[in-house]
Amino acid sequence: MRTANRAAKLRLAVLLVLVAVLCIFCLAAPSLLPNDPSQAHLLAAKQPPSTRYPFGTDWLGRCVCSRVLAGASTSVFSALTIVGLTLAVGCAVGIVCGYFGGVVDTVLMRVVDIFLAFPGMVLALAVAGMLGPGLKNAVLALAATGWPQYARLTRSYVLSLRQENFIHAARLNGQSPASILFLHIFPNAVRPVLVTASLSIGGTILNLAGLSFLGLGALPPTAEWGSMLADGRGLMQQAPWLIFFPGAAIFLTSILFNLLGDSVRDVLDPLDSQRKQYK
Amino acid sequence: MQTKYAGQPMARYVLRRLLSLVPVLLGITFLTYGLMYLSPSDPVELLLQAQGIPVSEQVTQAMRHAAGLDRPFLQQYLSWLWNFIRGDMGVSLVDGRPVLASLQAALPRTLLLTLTSMAATVLFSVPLGILSAVRQDRVTDYLIRFLSFLGNSLPSFLVSLLLLYFISIQLKLLPVLASGTAGGLILPTLALAIPMTGKYIRQVRAAVLEQLGRDYVEGAISRGVPTRVVLWRDILHNAMLTILTLLSLSMGSLLGGTAAVERIFVWRGMGYMVMDAILGRDYPVIQAFVVWMSVIYVAINLLTDLSYYFLDPRMRQGLGVH
Repeated sequence: MRTANRAAKLRLAVLLVLVAVLCIFCLAAPSLLPNDPSQAHLLAAKQPPSTRYPFGTDWLGRCVCSRVLAGASTSVFSALTIVGLTLAVGCAVGIVCGYFGGVVDTVLMRVVDIFLAFPGMVLALAVAGMLGPGLKNAVLALAATGWPQYARLTRSYVLSLRQENFIHAARLNGQSPASILFLHIFPNAVRPVLVTASLSIGGTILNLAGLSFLGLGALPPTAEWGSMLADGRGLMQQAPWLIFFPGAAIFLTSILFNLLGDSVRDVLDPLDSQRKQYK
Repeated sequence: MQTKYAGQPMARYVLRRLLSLVPVLLGITFLTYGLMYLSPSDPVELLLQAQGIPVSEQVTQAMRHAAGLDRPFLQQYLSWLWNFIRGDMGVSLVDGRPVLASLQAALPRTLLLTLTSMAATVLFSVPLGILSAVRQDRVTDYLIRFLSFLGNSLPSFLVSLLLLYFISIQLKLLPVLASGTAGGLILPTLALAIPMTGKYIRQVRAAVLEQLGRDYVEGAISRGVPTRVVLWRDILHNAMLTILTLLSLSMGSLLGGTAAVERIFVWRGMGYMVMDAILGRDYPVIQAFVVWMSVIYVAINLLTDLSYYFLDPRMRQGLGVH
């Protein structure tokens, strides 16, 4: 048991280091690119991969490699922003509902029910459609669809925490509601929700790329993987590298974050640790 | 699943479940209408532009009055809702056609695509999930888990492009466009089913593993019941609830998630329609799309809950599940 636990922690550490490297790379990308990602060279259009252009060039002669690398920060940081936003809003609503209960709880939970009644991407499409295309709008659209799930989850954890002895003890000790909320309820409720959040990063990257692919995300000339795929689609027969490299980037990034999510769950999973406790 | 409904007679359960949908449906329509109401562009101006009429203040005022768009929001919403329920979903701001007609043409195509890809998902993920659980921690299990993990990390639009490239362009096996033929349906179906299969193999595996660990399995096997019988008769039946839940959830993700695949294969379903509408700011079409997709989703959830009632005797006896 102990070694398995240690192996899980080691794996998490390795993955966290990889993600950190990816993030640092994203920040440093502008100075590491082989070419200027938005510089067009019409004479060098649609060239296959070469030493000058490692991933080839697109129909405007822009370096695909530079564009894929520059697109990393768009995808990764936008996805992290979306997950962060949904987590913050969802947790806040869930904690308020679970801790205070009453009318606030009833009203907010009805709102959550309504949001959850929309099938996932349908609401995102509606919000993105209303706000118009753009990376910021796509982020808002996905955040608007994500938060209710976290609200419901956090609320259920807070409700069960409220019955715990250590909360009663804190209350009997005369601690103020605010300190109980922030010192005791919040840290304990946020832990399991973090697992869900980390599991959702990979999917969020895919959803964001999907919106961009549909023309609702990053606007040209910003390099973004989903919109690069959409642009390269028509030229797939002549220039397959236009879809292979951005596609591989999406695939590998989502694999990395999915592995991270699984690993975070293995280390933090509330159900699993409970089972061990009660055995 | 709501335990508060457990142990009630069937008719009463269904009735309560139906009544609980009323506020949800009202909320869906209210939010959808409100979103479009808040949007920055003016439908009247869009309509005039589409018809080639020069936009003047006087004309827009008159049109706005004629369309009732100068009334208070709530009044507008209620009259929109009333018309919507009666089947009048307005006319497209782009081509002036009734929205209902476009919807009637597009909805069956999306439903067909949804059903085929769900069927394919079940066909792939249930046997593979069971196999993976039965061979737990052996080579087969690792291989299936690895492939399902890869599938889970692939978005359907990327699978579509890869299938197009390898099967239609390189091997020339299937048509590039899904022009309503049976052969054209194969690639879009696979494109949607492969990522979902990746997700659901894991879930089926977990559900079967959980059942395998139960005492009744050990009991049956020690009494000499063949493993195959236990697996197909008992375990699969008990894992059915998980599979059903998955199916209703995947319907939800498919209802909005077909858009990219429909665009790629030019399958003129709801997703194709709504993308045209979004890019053309055709609000009545977007509204009809959102409301209809959500109503279908809500209906599917209702059917799923009702089928739990039939499949799981505990629901009827009032013990509750979960």
